[in-house]
Amino acid sequence: MRIGKDLVAAAATPVVLGILAEQESYGYAILQKVTELSGGELEWSDGMLYPLLHRLERAGHVESEWRTSASGRPRKHYRLSAQGAAMLAEQHRQWTVVGDVLDKLWSAPGPGPSGVAPAGA
Amino acid sequence: MGIDDRPDLDVLVRSWRRWLERREALDAHDLDELESHLLDRVDELRAVGLHDDEAFLVAVKRLGAVDELSREYARVHSERLWTQLVLGDGDGSASGAASAPPGAARAPLPFARRAHGLAVALGLGVGAGLAVKVADLLTAEPTFFIRNAALLVLPFLVAWFAWKHRPPAGALAIVAGAFALAGVALNAYPFAAGAGTQLFASEPSMTELLAAVHAVVALWLVSGIAYAAGAWRSDAARMDFVRFSGEWAVYYLLIALGGGALSMLTVAVFGSIGVDVMTFVADWVLPCGAAGAVLVAAWLVEAKQRAIENIAPVLTKVFTPIFALMMLALIVAALLQWNLVDASRDLLIAFDLVLVVVLGLLVYAYSARDPLLPPGWFDRLQFVMLASALVVDLVVLVAMIARIGEFGPSANKAASLGLNLILLANLAWAAWLHLGFLRRRNAFDRLERWQTAYLPVYVGWSAIVVIVFPPLFGFA
Repeated sequence: MRIGKDLVAAAATPVVLGILAEQESYGYAILQKVTELSGGELEWSDGMLYPLLHRLERAGHVESEWRTSASGRPRKHYRLSAQGAAMLAEQHRQWTVVGDVLDKLWSAPGPGPSGVAPAGA
Repeated sequence: MGIDDRPDLDVLVRSWRRWLERREALDAHDLDELESHLLDRVDELRAVGLHDDEAFLVAVKRLGAVDELSREYARVHSERLWTQLVLGDGDGSASGAASAPPGAARAPLPFARRAHGLAVALGLGVGAGLAVKVADLLTAEPTFFIRNAALLVLPFLVAWFAWKHRPPAGALAIVAGAFALAGVALNAYPFAAGAGTQLFASEPSMTELLAAVHAVVALWLVSGIAYAAGAWRSDAARMDFVRFSGEWAVYYLLIALGGGALSMLTVAVFGSIGVDVMTFVADWVLPCGAAGAVLVAAWLVEAKQRAIENIAPVLTKVFTPIFALMMLALIVAALLQWNLVDASRDLLIAFDLVLVVVLGLLVYAYSARDPLLPPGWFDRLQFVMLASALVVDLVVLVAMIARIGEFGPSANKAASLGLNLILLANLAWAAWLHLGFLRRRNAFDRLERWQTAYLPVYVGWSAIVVIVFPPLFGFA
């Protein structure tokens, strides 16, 4: 299953902020984490992560710092700012509402999209 | 995977990076970040058994289509598509990134060197303004200013060049000598009181006015010796000074327009609350601003040298076709009317200006042209402009020489005629070289070198008008 482009784009911000909420990280590690968490189903081209990170940095949701990796490569590390944490909490609320609505729709008896398993099944 | 696979990867990564560098939306820090990512991905793929080049190809592919990627970067950093002049930093290449990668951190610049020496330029600008003002307060003679405009302001420009380009002492001595000579000639000569319309309290005499204008030209070009850091014999250094002069003129004009608009607004706003600042603006802001702007414009040209596209060559490209068309129309009109011989007395000066414009359009197009390109339509157009300007000027020149023969020479006529001949000689030979270039007989380099080699002729002629003309024409 491939997740649609629009949905990936919409989910990208909360996913990245959520990963950074756990600990600060850099681009490549963030992508690996996304792949690991989604079992490889949530994917976008590697490069696209960076414009997203820069947009978040510009908006003040994340902060960045250049460090040198163990292998001697320069790496730009990103960490969540206080403002980003607030943004993440807000996104969390919104996605919960959307998730609840879909849950209720798809677990209710009656005509639903065929082939969709009810949540929790 | 052998040991000698490793350089291959480096080569691949370098060429990939060069290819991305052409995208304006990505700056060096973005490329560092992407490269670091690419290498992480390559490491991972190599760990599962891929060869360097295979791993590289897959990793590049995983980054995504470059067009899409750079579009995405451009949406985040739209300002990068407009190259900006960074005022706050030592070099114009600094990006807006908040944090620099390790190793990029430099020792903070000394105050004077920051922002390309803005503090020094401003200090010298204030100095130039004060020099004008002090001279104004010390002397009651109104023509003093007209005569000494170049002497009051340009030494500060030379000081700026000296600070910026560190010319050897010998070069500075030559420049200082030229300024001293001009100063003596302009102020020791007993210029006659001007005749003509009494628009001002006292009007400069013709030789005085000519000397003042030519002193500006000569001293400006001599200042170029300081700009070229003493290497004034080098064609490249001369061309650089020509480029500087064109850009400077554009910036000065922009500053003058902006300053004029701002001054009018100030007068109007203060006027509306019943305070008359007109005198203050006319007595202080205008003279000090006009002098100070010389330095600010000079600073701007050098500060933005690598940050923003040069504007003079762009204007040249726009106006060359229009001007060529105008010259052709003039030839047709002159042929139909056949009255150029009935010339008015200002005619020769007008055609001097035409030749100056043609020369300017030519030189600034040269200054920005890639010398290795083969001749194209624009070069042919330039030749049309050159040839038509020469035809028109020859007709006018014949008419004017006839007039001078009839009414006798005056300082004004002689100066116009001399300038006309000098420009004509330059343009005639330039047209000949240009024709050779169009027919692929000579390299473009020769065209450029002819123009830079001709610069001393202007200095020499201007010096003659400043030093020889006044006694020759009885200081009239």
